[in-house]
Amino acid sequence: MATNIQEAALEVHDDHHHGPLKHQYEDIDQQNETYIVGMWSFLVTEVMFFGALFLGYVLMRWEYSNDFYISHFQTEVFWGGLNTTVLLSSSFSMALAVHFAQLKEPKKVIAGLCVTLLGAFCFLGVKSHEYLVKIADHHVPGPSFIPPAGTTHNGSQMFFSLYFMMTGLHGIHVIIGAICITTLIILWAKRKPVVTEDYVPTEMVGLYWHFVDLVWIFLFPLFYLIPK
Amino acid sequence: MSLTATQVEAIPEKKNYLNHDHTIWSWLSTGDHKRIAIMYLFTVSIFFFMGSIMAGLIRLQLISPNSTLLEAETYNKVFSAHGIIMVFFFLLVVIPAILGNFLLPIMIGARDLAFPRLNLLSYYLYLAAGVLFLTGQCFGGVDTGWTFYTPYSSMYSNSQVALTITAVFIAGFSSIFTGLNFIATVHKMRAPGMTWFRLPLFVWAMYATSIVIMLGTPVVAITLMMVVVERTTHIGIFSPDLGGDPVLFEHLFWFYSHPAVYIMILPAFGVQSELICAFSRRRIFGYHFVAFSTLAIALLGFFVWGHHMFVSGQSMYQGVIFSLITFLIAVPSAIKIFNWMATMYKGHIRLQTPMIYAISFMGLFVIGGLTGLFLASMGTDIHLTATYFVVAHFHYVMVGGTVTAFLGGLHYWWPKMFGRLYPETLAKYTAIIVFVGFNVTFFPQFILGFLGMPRRYAYYYYYPELQPYHIMSSLGASVLAIGLLLPVLYLTWSLKYGPKASDSPWGAHGLEWQTQSPPIPQNFETRPIVTDDVYDYSDDENEVYDQPDVKQKPTPAGAH
Repeated sequence: MATNIQEAALEVHDDHHHGPLKHQYEDIDQQNETYIVGMWSFLVTEVMFFGALFLGYVLMRWEYSNDFYISHFQTEVFWGGLNTTVLLSSSFSMALAVHFAQLKEPKKVIAGLCVTLLGAFCFLGVKSHEYLVKIADHHVPGPSFIPPAGTTHNGSQMFFSLYFMMTGLHGIHVIIGAICITTLIILWAKRKPVVTEDYVPTEMVGLYWHFVDLVWIFLFPLFYLIPK
Repeated sequence: MSLTATQVEAIPEKKNYLNHDHTIWSWLSTGDHKRIAIMYLFTVSIFFFMGSIMAGLIRLQLISPNSTLLEAETYNKVFSAHGIIMVFFFLLVVIPAILGNFLLPIMIGARDLAFPRLNLLSYYLYLAAGVLFLTGQCFGGVDTGWTFYTPYSSMYSNSQVALTITAVFIAGFSSIFTGLNFIATVHKMRAPGMTWFRLPLFVWAMYATSIVIMLGTPVVAITLMMVVVERTTHIGIFSPDLGGDPVLFEHLFWFYSHPAVYIMILPAFGVQSELICAFSRRRIFGYHFVAFSTLAIALLGFFVWGHHMFVSGQSMYQGVIFSLITFLIAVPSAIKIFNWMATMYKGHIRLQTPMIYAISFMGLFVIGGLTGLFLASMGTDIHLTATYFVVAHFHYVMVGGTVTAFLGGLHYWWPKMFGRLYPETLAKYTAIIVFVGFNVTFFPQFILGFLGMPRRYAYYYYYPELQPYHIMSSLGASVLAIGLLLPVLYLTWSLKYGPKASDSPWGAHGLEWQTQSPPIPQNFETRPIVTDDVYDYSDDENEVYDQPDVKQKPTPAGAH
């Protein structure tokens, strides 16, 4: 009995140092399943995080529907549409990266991740351009706010408050995503076993990136495509 | 369960999680859930002490109808600090982060939580939040109350609202990461044979709590962040000045903060189930009912927030629905109380310290719960809103519930955590002092509230007849203070001088009692395989544990 215990202890010790298996798990399957459960749980909290803002949007649009309609012409569908395309494409390249991570083809993974990262920077560039236009037009809520013609001060200010808060929070998520993807690229470039021998870390970043994409899919119509 | 045969040898100074490495760095960088729990225990105690000092100041102020101890503005800051410390830095973390962290992996037979580094991160986030909050206190404190109602907090208050809210935001993330860790651990790290319905009810409680944390905390986090953004940049949706809606803040805030009371009380229910079973030496009556009532409370808890807003201008029909659901949530809570009583019925009850806490929990929680019904029905609530009745109600639930259960649990698992026993007789008297002190403090507040004493007032010179009740309450607070100070002293004393506990000093059932006291770093020598039912006390009718079992002299292996 005693020798069995020692062997079991040694085995655990051994795994800890050589593979990507962490000491608290029995085997790699358990570890991967746990990671996936953890990541999905985290995404649930993210949904709730944005959920409060979406609720605020619903109530405010109900209250100021006409102002929201007129104000939304200040957002340009071209730039919004471009960003939607960019994010959707980057999600596709992310999906490819995860696919090649499962096949253990590092070069293709890195290529996919680089395209995704490029998409993230492209998105942020377009977004900054849009923000600068709005700042120049005095559409930032506060003392210097000038409402677009035909709207009430309160209603249009609320539209832009929500616009900046929701796209701003989404932008922060894009930045965090870009940091994660960069880290992942470095790990793959160095052929670290934590990513090369186990596709799950890549998949987790992928899940996060798809979530960021998904939030934008909701934000785009809410701020750029309000029907009469 | 399989380990008893290998665990009987009591070799002194065996390697355990406390002594396998002594350096400070080994503590600060640890991933071990047990060490993190101990770090939480230390930090949370400091915050509890600070929050209690604030409570003491409040009680001193209210001894006289026109007291000049604190100015009105200072008084506002003191009760705000009391509320914020006690809610965000004590109640929300105390049982999950200390007992939950320590016990959850052991109870399900795992070597650690699923994500040890995330666990350490959540401790440091908690610590950072605490430091940030205290920095805000040093720069003048905050006077909004723990509820941060807009537009006062977002536009008018001249105190450290932004700093304090950022601290609460960070503390929220600490709590989210703990919840995430628990959910992943319970789902995927259970030992072979540890099926869902063999989980100890404490684990069920932690699981339900984690769900509430994961669904609720992000909402309040973003809501509070919006207050900060609105305050600093004027981009926001709460301030009427921006066309926003202050009541929306109340909706979003209470959407979290009502479930938050279940984050505080569900873990207490979990501890309670463990204590009642262990000291009645019976399997819990209606295991499935207790487990599912935990989940029912977690679920229903998300649909009752409107009862905080009966007088905030929500529609009558909203009020009626929220009132009905609030009544409904009393049912699963009552199921638990009845099941605990049914468990005790014909049990072999041993009145040791943890059991005294468990019994006083039941009394206090019933009073707290039933007075909740007065507040849930709209008619009586109009009269009682924002009076000391509300204060007394939630203190009965939070202090009488959570703090009592925490103390009970701490005494119960203390020998497991540190391998030492505390002085049992002193601890028993302390439990009674806590019970008496608590009731003397808070029962008069029901009467005060019913007579019309508003909460958050620094004076009551217009109604001096209330003074006797306030004096009684302050008197009780002093007794309660003694009752809370004594455990600090004798538990600290026991670390060095207490008699060594055996691995299972209460003869209780459960995986945590089958490993060494204190446990080894990886919890179990081999992975346990669970073969018997949860709370299976059927085969030990004859074992007597009238006194906690102390560690025997080393005996030859197999003599047990």
